[in-house]
Amino acid sequence: MDQTRRGLLKCMTWAGTGVLWTISGGVPRSAPLGGSAEAAAPKGELSFIQISDSHIGFKNAPNMDTPGTLREAIDLVNRQKADAGLMIHTGDVSHLSKPAQFDTAEQIIRGAGLDVHYVPGEHDVLMDEGQPFFERFIRGGPRGWYSFDQRGVHFIGLNNVQDLKPGGFGNLGQEQLEWLEKDLAGRSASQPIVIFAHVPLWTVSQEWGWGTDDGAQALSYVKRFGSVTVLNGHIHQIMQKVEGNCAFHTARSTAFPQPAPGTAASPGPVKDVPAGRLRAMLGITKVTRIEGQSQLAVVDTPLGA
Amino acid sequence: MLPLRLAALASSMVLLGASTPTLSANDAQVTIDNFTFSPSKVTVPAGTRVVWINRDDIPHTVVENGDRRVLKSEPLDTGDSFSFVFSSPGTYSYFCSIHPRMQGTVVVE
Repeated sequence: MDQTRRGLLKCMTWAGTGVLWTISGGVPRSAPLGGSAEAAAPKGELSFIQISDSHIGFKNAPNMDTPGTLREAIDLVNRQKADAGLMIHTGDVSHLSKPAQFDTAEQIIRGAGLDVHYVPGEHDVLMDEGQPFFERFIRGGPRGWYSFDQRGVHFIGLNNVQDLKPGGFGNLGQEQLEWLEKDLAGRSASQPIVIFAHVPLWTVSQEWGWGTDDGAQALSYVKRFGSVTVLNGHIHQIMQKVEGNCAFHTARSTAFPQPAPGTAASPGPVKDVPAGRLRAMLGITKVTRIEGQSQLAVVDTPLGA
Repeated sequence: MLPLRLAALASSMVLLGASTPTLSANDAQVTIDNFTFSPSKVTVPAGTRVVWINRDDIPHTVVENGDRRVLKSEPLDTGDSFSFVFSSPGTYSYFCSIHPRMQGTVVVE
Protein backbone atom coordinates (compact mmCIF):
# COMPACT_ATOMS: atom_id res chain seq x y z
CA MET A 1 0.00 0.00 0.00
CA ASP A 2 2.73 2.38 1.02
CA GLN A 3 4.58 1.16 -2.00
CA THR A 4 1.97 2.65 -4.31
CA ARG A 5 2.17 5.95 -2.56
CA ARG A 6 5.93 5.99 -2.74
CA GLY A 7 5.69 5.23 -6.42
CA LEU A 8 3.41 8.19 -6.87
CA LEU A 9 5.66 10.52 -4.93
CA LYS A 10 8.66 9.42 -6.95
CA CYS A 11 6.88 9.92 -10.21
CA MET A 12 6.02 13.54 -9.71
CA THR A 13 6.61 14.81 -13.20
CA TRP A 14 3.95 14.33 -15.79
CA ALA A 15 4.79 14.56 -19.44
CA GLY A 16 2.25 15.30 -22.11
CA THR A 17 -0.25 17.99 -22.70
CA GLY A 18 -2.37 18.22 -19.62
CA VAL A 19 -3.33 16.34 -16.53
CA LEU A 20 -6.61 16.13 -14.74
CA TRP A 21 -5.71 15.43 -11.19
CA THR A 22 -8.24 14.52 -8.54
CA ILE A 23 -8.40 12.69 -5.27
CA SER A 24 -11.30 10.38 -4.75
CA GLY A 25 -11.68 8.42 -1.55
CA GLY A 26 -8.06 9.15 -0.68
CA VAL A 27 -6.74 7.53 -3.86
CA PRO A 28 -4.90 9.91 -6.15
CA ARG A 29 -5.69 9.46 -9.82
CA SER A 30 -4.23 11.20 -12.79
CA ALA A 31 -5.43 11.02 -16.34
CA PRO A 32 -3.94 12.68 -19.37
CA LEU A 33 -6.37 14.93 -21.13
CA GLY A 34 -6.81 13.75 -24.67
CA GLY A 35 -8.84 16.60 -26.05
CA SER A 36 -9.70 19.98 -24.73
CA ALA A 37 -9.10 20.48 -21.05
CA GLU A 38 -12.08 22.76 -21.06
CA ALA A 39 -14.39 19.94 -21.98
CA ALA A 40 -12.87 17.58 -19.44
CA ALA A 41 -12.81 20.02 -16.54
CA PRO A 42 -15.28 19.00 -13.88
CA LYS A 43 -18.13 21.25 -12.83
CA GLY A 44 -17.57 22.67 -9.39
CA GLU A 45 -18.56 25.22 -6.81
CA LEU A 46 -15.54 27.42 -7.32
CA SER A 47 -12.87 27.49 -9.95
CA PHE A 48 -9.90 29.76 -10.40
CA ILE A 49 -6.90 30.19 -12.66
CA GLN A 50 -3.21 30.19 -11.76
CA ILE A 51 -0.53 31.79 -13.90
CA SER A 52 3.11 32.10 -12.92
CA ASP A 53 6.59 33.30 -13.78
CA SER A 54 5.82 35.69 -16.62
CA HIS A 55 9.34 37.21 -16.34
CA ILE A 56 8.51 40.30 -18.39
CA GLY A 57 11.92 41.77 -19.32
CA PHE A 58 13.56 38.41 -20.03
CA LYS A 59 14.70 38.41 -23.64
CA ASN A 60 17.02 35.51 -24.29
CA ALA A 61 16.94 31.96 -25.63
CA PRO A 62 14.50 30.27 -25.69
CA ASN A 63 12.03 33.19 -25.57
CA MET A 64 12.70 36.60 -27.13
CA ASP A 65 9.08 37.71 -26.61
CA THR A 66 7.83 37.14 -23.05
CA PRO A 67 5.04 39.74 -23.43
CA GLY A 68 3.88 37.74 -26.46
CA THR A 69 3.69 34.42 -24.61
CA LEU A 70 1.99 36.11 -21.64
CA ARG A 71 -0.61 37.46 -24.09
CA GLU A 72 -1.12 33.94 -25.43
CA ALA A 73 -1.52 32.69 -21.86
CA ILE A 74 -4.17 35.32 -21.18
CA ASP A 75 -5.95 34.35 -24.41
CA LEU A 76 -5.98 30.78 -23.13
CA VAL A 77 -7.29 31.97 -19.75
CA ASN A 78 -10.12 33.72 -21.57
CA ARG A 79 -11.00 30.51 -23.41
CA GLN A 80 -10.84 28.41 -20.23
CA LYS A 81 -12.08 30.68 -17.51
CA ALA A 82 -15.83 30.01 -17.93
CA ASP A 83 -17.11 30.68 -14.42
CA ALA A 84 -13.68 31.16 -12.80
CA GLY A 85 -14.03 33.46 -9.83
CA LEU A 86 -10.50 34.80 -9.72
CA MET A 87 -6.91 34.39 -10.85
CA ILE A 88 -3.71 34.06 -8.85
CA HIS A 89 -0.23 34.95 -10.09
CA THR A 90 2.46 33.07 -8.18
CA GLY A 91 5.27 35.53 -8.76
CA ASP A 92 8.15 36.58 -10.99
CA VAL A 93 5.77 38.88 -12.80
CA SER A 94 8.87 40.79 -13.95
CA HIS A 95 12.45 39.81 -14.62
CA LEU A 96 14.18 42.81 -13.00
CA SER A 97 11.49 44.64 -10.95
CA LYS A 98 11.46 47.54 -13.44
CA PRO A 99 8.39 49.81 -13.52
CA ALA A 100 8.06 49.36 -17.30
CA GLN A 101 8.07 45.57 -16.85
CA PHE A 102 5.36 45.82 -14.16
CA ASP A 103 3.35 48.11 -16.49
CA THR A 104 3.52 45.69 -19.41
CA ALA A 105 2.56 42.69 -17.29
CA GLU A 106 -0.29 44.51 -15.58
CA GLN A 107 -1.77 45.68 -18.88
CA ILE A 108 -1.64 42.23 -20.46
CA ILE A 109 -2.99 40.41 -17.39
CA ARG A 110 -5.87 42.89 -17.15
CA GLY A 111 -7.05 41.37 -20.43
CA ALA A 112 -8.29 38.30 -18.53
CA GLY A 113 -10.99 40.41 -16.91
CA LEU A 114 -10.50 38.59 -13.62
CA ASP A 115 -9.74 39.76 -10.12
CA VAL A 116 -6.02 38.90 -9.79
CA HIS A 117 -4.26 38.09 -6.51
CA TYR A 118 -0.46 38.25 -6.67
CA VAL A 119 2.41 37.07 -4.53
CA PRO A 120 5.98 38.23 -5.19
CA GLY A 121 8.76 36.23 -6.78
CA GLU A 122 12.39 37.02 -6.03
CA HIS A 123 12.62 38.87 -9.35
CA ASP A 124 9.82 41.25 -8.26
CA VAL A 125 11.44 42.53 -5.07
CA LEU A 126 14.88 43.56 -6.35
CA MET A 127 14.24 47.27 -5.70
CA ASP A 128 13.47 49.12 -2.44
CA GLU A 129 12.71 45.96 -0.46
CA GLY A 130 9.86 45.14 -2.82
CA GLN A 131 7.77 48.23 -1.99
CA PRO A 132 7.07 49.13 -5.65
CA PHE A 133 5.68 45.62 -6.23
CA PHE A 134 3.59 45.53 -3.05
CA GLU A 135 2.10 48.98 -3.67
CA ARG A 136 1.12 48.12 -7.20
CA PHE A 137 0.03 44.48 -7.01
CA ILE A 138 -0.97 43.63 -3.45
CA ARG A 139 -3.88 45.31 -1.79
CA GLY A 140 -4.03 44.84 1.95
CA GLY A 141 -0.66 43.07 2.09
CA PRO A 142 2.06 45.67 2.63
CA ARG A 143 4.66 42.95 3.24
CA GLY A 144 3.45 40.62 0.50
CA TRP A 145 1.31 38.24 2.58
CA TYR A 146 -2.46 38.32 3.06
CA SER A 147 -5.58 36.17 3.10
CA PHE A 148 -9.18 36.33 1.89
CA ASP A 149 -12.25 34.14 1.57
CA GLN A 150 -14.11 33.35 -1.60
CA ARG A 151 -17.10 31.03 -1.86
CA GLY A 152 -16.17 29.23 1.33
CA VAL A 153 -12.54 28.68 0.37
CA HIS A 154 -9.85 30.38 2.45
CA PHE A 155 -7.00 31.71 0.27
CA ILE A 156 -3.63 32.58 1.78
CA GLY A 157 -0.92 34.37 -0.23
CA LEU A 158 2.57 34.08 1.24
CA ASN A 159 5.88 35.84 0.57
CA ASN A 160 8.85 33.45 0.74
CA VAL A 161 11.29 35.41 -1.43
CA GLN A 162 12.76 38.03 0.90
CA ASP A 163 15.42 38.15 3.57
CA LEU A 164 16.92 34.94 2.22
CA LYS A 165 19.81 33.49 4.25
CA PRO A 166 23.21 32.58 2.76
CA GLY A 167 23.13 28.92 1.81
CA GLY A 168 19.39 28.73 2.44
CA PHE A 169 16.18 28.25 0.49
CA GLY A 170 13.04 30.35 0.28
CA ASN A 171 12.15 31.98 3.58
CA LEU A 172 8.93 33.06 5.32
CA GLY A 173 10.36 34.44 8.55
CA GLN A 174 9.06 34.50 12.10
CA GLU A 175 6.73 37.46 11.68
CA GLN A 176 4.90 35.92 8.74
CA LEU A 177 4.68 32.52 10.46
CA GLU A 178 3.08 34.14 13.51
CA TRP A 179 0.62 35.96 11.27
CA LEU A 180 -0.22 32.69 9.50
CA GLU A 181 -0.81 30.81 12.74
CA LYS A 182 -3.19 33.54 13.92
CA ASP A 183 -4.91 33.71 10.54
CA LEU A 184 -5.77 30.00 10.75
CA ALA A 185 -6.64 29.87 14.43
CA GLY A 186 -10.32 29.29 15.10
CA ARG A 187 -11.20 28.34 11.53
CA SER A 188 -13.27 25.25 10.97
CA ALA A 189 -11.14 22.27 9.91
CA SER A 190 -13.69 21.59 7.18
CA GLN A 191 -12.97 24.83 5.35
CA PRO A 192 -10.87 24.21 2.21
CA ILE A 193 -7.53 26.04 2.37
CA VAL A 194 -5.56 27.23 -0.65
CA ILE A 195 -2.04 28.48 0.05
CA PHE A 196 -0.13 30.14 -2.76
CA ALA A 197 3.47 31.34 -2.74
CA HIS A 198 6.27 31.66 -5.27
CA VAL A 199 8.95 29.20 -4.12
CA PRO A 200 7.69 25.66 -3.39
CA LEU A 201 6.88 25.25 0.31
CA TRP A 202 8.09 21.64 0.09
CA THR A 203 11.61 20.64 -0.89
CA VAL A 204 11.65 19.83 -4.60
CA SER A 205 15.45 19.97 -4.93
CA GLN A 206 17.98 20.39 -2.17
CA GLU A 207 20.78 20.93 -4.66
CA TRP A 208 19.05 23.76 -6.50
CA GLY A 209 17.53 25.36 -3.42
CA TRP A 210 13.97 24.64 -4.56
CA GLY A 211 12.24 24.68 -1.22
CA THR A 212 11.45 26.91 1.76
CA ASP A 213 13.57 26.86 4.93
CA ASP A 214 10.61 27.24 7.27
CA GLY A 215 7.98 25.74 4.95
CA ALA A 216 7.45 22.73 7.22
CA GLN A 217 6.60 25.07 10.09
CA ALA A 218 3.96 26.79 7.96
CA LEU A 219 2.51 23.46 6.85
CA SER A 220 2.25 22.24 10.45
CA TYR A 221 -0.45 24.89 10.98
CA VAL A 222 -2.71 23.39 8.31
CA LYS A 223 -2.40 19.72 9.32
CA ARG A 224 -5.79 19.71 11.03
CA PHE A 225 -7.64 20.89 7.92
CA GLY A 226 -9.36 18.36 5.70
CA SER A 227 -8.48 19.95 2.37
CA VAL A 228 -5.28 21.88 1.78
CA THR A 229 -3.96 22.84 -1.65
CA VAL A 230 -0.50 24.41 -1.95
CA LEU A 231 0.19 26.15 -5.26
CA ASN A 232 3.63 27.39 -6.20
CA GLY A 233 5.69 28.56 -9.19
CA HIS A 234 9.41 29.35 -9.38
CA ILE A 235 10.58 26.08 -10.97
CA HIS A 236 8.87 26.58 -14.36
CA GLN A 237 7.59 23.00 -14.59
CA ILE A 238 4.80 20.86 -13.18
CA MET A 239 5.54 18.91 -10.02
CA GLN A 240 2.97 17.50 -7.69
CA LYS A 241 2.64 15.31 -4.66
CA VAL A 242 0.10 14.44 -1.99
CA GLU A 243 0.84 14.15 1.69
CA GLY A 244 -2.10 13.34 3.91
CA ASN A 245 -4.75 15.98 3.27
CA CYS A 246 -2.29 18.30 1.61
CA ALA A 247 -1.86 18.46 -2.17
CA PHE A 248 1.16 20.28 -3.60
CA HIS A 249 1.36 21.57 -7.15
CA THR A 250 3.73 23.79 -9.11
CA ALA A 251 2.67 25.57 -12.31
CA ARG A 252 4.42 26.08 -15.61
CA SER A 253 5.86 29.48 -16.49
CA THR A 254 4.46 31.65 -19.26
CA ALA A 255 8.04 32.65 -20.23
CA PHE A 256 10.57 29.80 -20.36
CA PRO A 257 11.03 26.23 -19.06
CA GLN A 258 13.62 25.21 -16.50
CA PRO A 259 15.29 21.78 -16.38
CA ALA A 260 14.10 18.95 -14.15
CA PRO A 261 16.17 18.95 -10.93
CA GLY A 262 19.68 17.64 -11.41
CA THR A 263 19.41 17.19 -15.18
CA ALA A 264 21.48 20.26 -16.11
CA ALA A 265 24.49 22.23 -14.91
CA SER A 266 22.22 24.85 -13.36
CA PRO A 267 18.53 25.69 -12.90
CA GLY A 268 18.80 28.40 -15.58
CA PRO A 269 16.46 28.51 -18.61
CA VAL A 270 16.31 25.51 -20.94
CA LYS A 271 17.76 27.17 -24.04
CA ASP A 272 17.88 24.36 -26.58
CA VAL A 273 14.14 23.93 -26.96
CA PRO A 274 13.39 22.15 -30.26
CA ALA A 275 11.86 24.43 -32.89
CA GLY A 276 8.15 24.91 -32.34
CA ARG A 277 8.16 23.16 -28.94
CA LEU A 278 8.43 26.16 -26.61
CA ARG A 279 4.67 26.53 -26.17
CA ALA A 280 4.34 22.90 -25.09
CA MET A 281 6.55 23.80 -22.12
CA LEU A 282 4.64 26.93 -21.08
CA GLY A 283 1.11 27.07 -19.76
CA ILE A 284 -1.61 27.92 -17.27
CA THR A 285 -3.41 26.04 -14.51
CA LYS A 286 -7.09 25.82 -13.63
CA VAL A 287 -8.21 24.70 -10.19
CA THR A 288 -11.74 23.57 -9.41
CA ARG A 289 -13.46 22.69 -6.18
CA ILE A 290 -15.72 19.72 -6.83
CA GLU A 291 -18.74 19.13 -4.70
CA GLY A 292 -18.39 16.02 -2.54
CA GLN A 293 -14.63 15.74 -3.01
CA SER A 294 -12.20 16.90 -0.39
CA GLN A 295 -9.37 17.77 -2.78
CA LEU A 296 -9.49 20.37 -5.50
CA ALA A 297 -8.99 19.31 -9.11
CA VAL A 298 -5.94 20.81 -10.78
CA VAL A 299 -5.72 20.93 -14.57
CA ASP A 300 -2.65 22.18 -16.42
CA THR A 301 -2.92 23.26 -20.04
CA PRO A 302 0.06 24.17 -22.22
CA LEU A 303 -0.01 27.18 -24.54
CA GLY A 304 0.45 24.92 -27.53
CA ALA A 305 1.19 21.37 -28.59
CA MET B 1 55.40 41.77 -40.19
CA LEU B 2 55.77 42.66 -36.53
CA PRO B 3 53.84 45.95 -36.60
CA LEU B 4 51.04 44.20 -38.48
CA ARG B 5 50.78 41.50 -35.81
CA LEU B 6 50.75 44.10 -33.10
CA ALA B 7 47.93 45.89 -34.86
CA ALA B 8 45.95 42.64 -35.09
CA LEU B 9 46.52 42.00 -31.39
CA ALA B 10 45.45 45.52 -30.48
CA SER B 11 42.22 45.25 -32.44
CA SER B 12 41.31 41.92 -30.84
CA MET B 13 41.83 43.50 -27.42
CA VAL B 14 39.43 46.28 -28.34
CA LEU B 15 36.83 43.67 -29.27
CA LEU B 16 37.33 41.96 -25.94
CA GLY B 17 36.96 45.27 -24.18
CA ALA B 18 33.52 45.77 -25.69
CA SER B 19 32.00 42.77 -23.94
CA THR B 20 33.90 42.68 -20.63
CA PRO B 21 34.59 45.36 -18.03
CA THR B 22 37.93 47.09 -18.25
CA LEU B 23 40.24 45.12 -16.04
CA SER B 24 43.61 46.36 -14.93
CA ALA B 25 46.48 44.00 -14.21
CA ASN B 26 45.98 44.19 -10.45
CA ASP B 27 42.26 43.43 -10.45
CA ALA B 28 40.87 40.07 -9.41
CA GLN B 29 37.95 38.71 -11.41
CA VAL B 30 35.08 36.47 -10.36
CA THR B 31 32.74 35.21 -13.05
CA ILE B 32 29.18 34.01 -12.55
CA ASP B 33 28.29 31.03 -14.72
CA ASN B 34 25.65 28.38 -14.10
CA PHE B 35 24.61 29.86 -10.73
CA THR B 36 28.21 29.62 -9.42
CA PHE B 37 30.80 32.20 -8.36
CA SER B 38 34.09 31.19 -9.94
CA PRO B 39 36.54 31.04 -8.31
CA SER B 40 34.45 30.70 -5.17
CA LYS B 41 37.36 31.91 -3.07
CA VAL B 42 39.83 34.63 -4.03
CA THR B 43 42.76 35.79 -1.90
CA VAL B 44 44.02 39.30 -2.64
CA PRO B 45 46.27 41.95 -1.07
CA ALA B 46 44.55 44.93 0.59
CA GLY B 47 43.62 47.64 -1.89
CA THR B 48 42.70 45.18 -4.65
CA ARG B 49 39.65 45.77 -6.79
CA VAL B 50 37.55 42.65 -7.30
CA VAL B 51 35.30 42.61 -10.37
CA TRP B 52 32.31 40.28 -10.68
CA ILE B 53 30.76 39.66 -14.08
CA ASN B 54 27.45 37.87 -14.64
CA ARG B 55 27.51 35.54 -17.65
CA ASP B 56 24.21 33.83 -16.78
CA ASP B 57 20.86 34.57 -18.43
CA ILE B 58 19.41 35.13 -14.99
CA PRO B 59 20.16 38.13 -12.74
CA HIS B 60 22.33 37.65 -9.66
CA THR B 61 23.62 39.82 -6.83
CA VAL B 62 26.77 40.01 -4.72
CA VAL B 63 25.80 40.66 -1.10
CA GLU B 64 27.90 40.29 2.03
CA ASN B 65 26.66 37.80 4.62
CA GLY B 66 25.41 39.06 7.97
CA ASP B 67 24.23 42.54 8.88
CA ARG B 68 27.29 44.55 7.89
CA ARG B 69 26.66 44.29 4.16
CA VAL B 70 29.21 46.89 3.08
CA LEU B 71 29.62 44.75 0.00
CA LYS B 72 26.30 44.93 -1.83
CA SER B 73 25.61 45.10 -5.56
CA GLU B 74 22.53 46.04 -7.48
CA PRO B 75 20.97 43.14 -9.42
CA LEU B 76 23.37 42.22 -12.22
CA ASP B 77 21.66 41.36 -15.47
CA THR B 78 23.35 39.29 -18.19
CA GLY B 79 26.74 40.83 -18.99
CA ASP B 80 26.62 43.34 -16.11
CA SER B 81 29.60 43.69 -13.82
CA PHE B 82 30.16 45.01 -10.31
CA SER B 83 33.41 46.01 -8.67
CA PHE B 84 34.50 46.64 -5.11
CA VAL B 85 37.84 47.79 -3.71
CA PHE B 86 38.80 45.90 -0.56
CA SER B 87 40.90 48.26 1.53
CA SER B 88 40.85 46.43 4.88
CA PRO B 89 42.25 42.95 5.54
CA GLY B 90 39.74 40.32 6.56
CA THR B 91 37.51 37.54 5.29
CA TYR B 92 34.44 38.65 3.37
CA SER B 93 31.80 35.99 2.84
CA TYR B 94 29.12 36.83 0.33
CA PHE B 95 26.16 35.25 -1.45
CA CYS B 96 23.57 35.93 -4.14
CA SER B 97 20.56 37.35 -2.31
CA ILE B 98 18.28 36.07 -5.10
CA HIS B 99 19.74 32.53 -5.19
CA PRO B 100 21.16 32.08 -1.69
CA ARG B 101 22.74 28.72 -2.46
CA MET B 102 25.36 30.68 -4.44
CA GLN B 103 28.18 31.62 -2.09
CA GLY B 104 31.74 32.97 -2.29
CA THR B 105 34.57 34.36 -0.19
CA VAL B 106 37.12 37.13 -0.63
CA VAL B 107 40.15 36.91 1.68
CA VAL B 108 41.99 40.23 1.93
CA GLU B 109 45.55 39.99 3.28
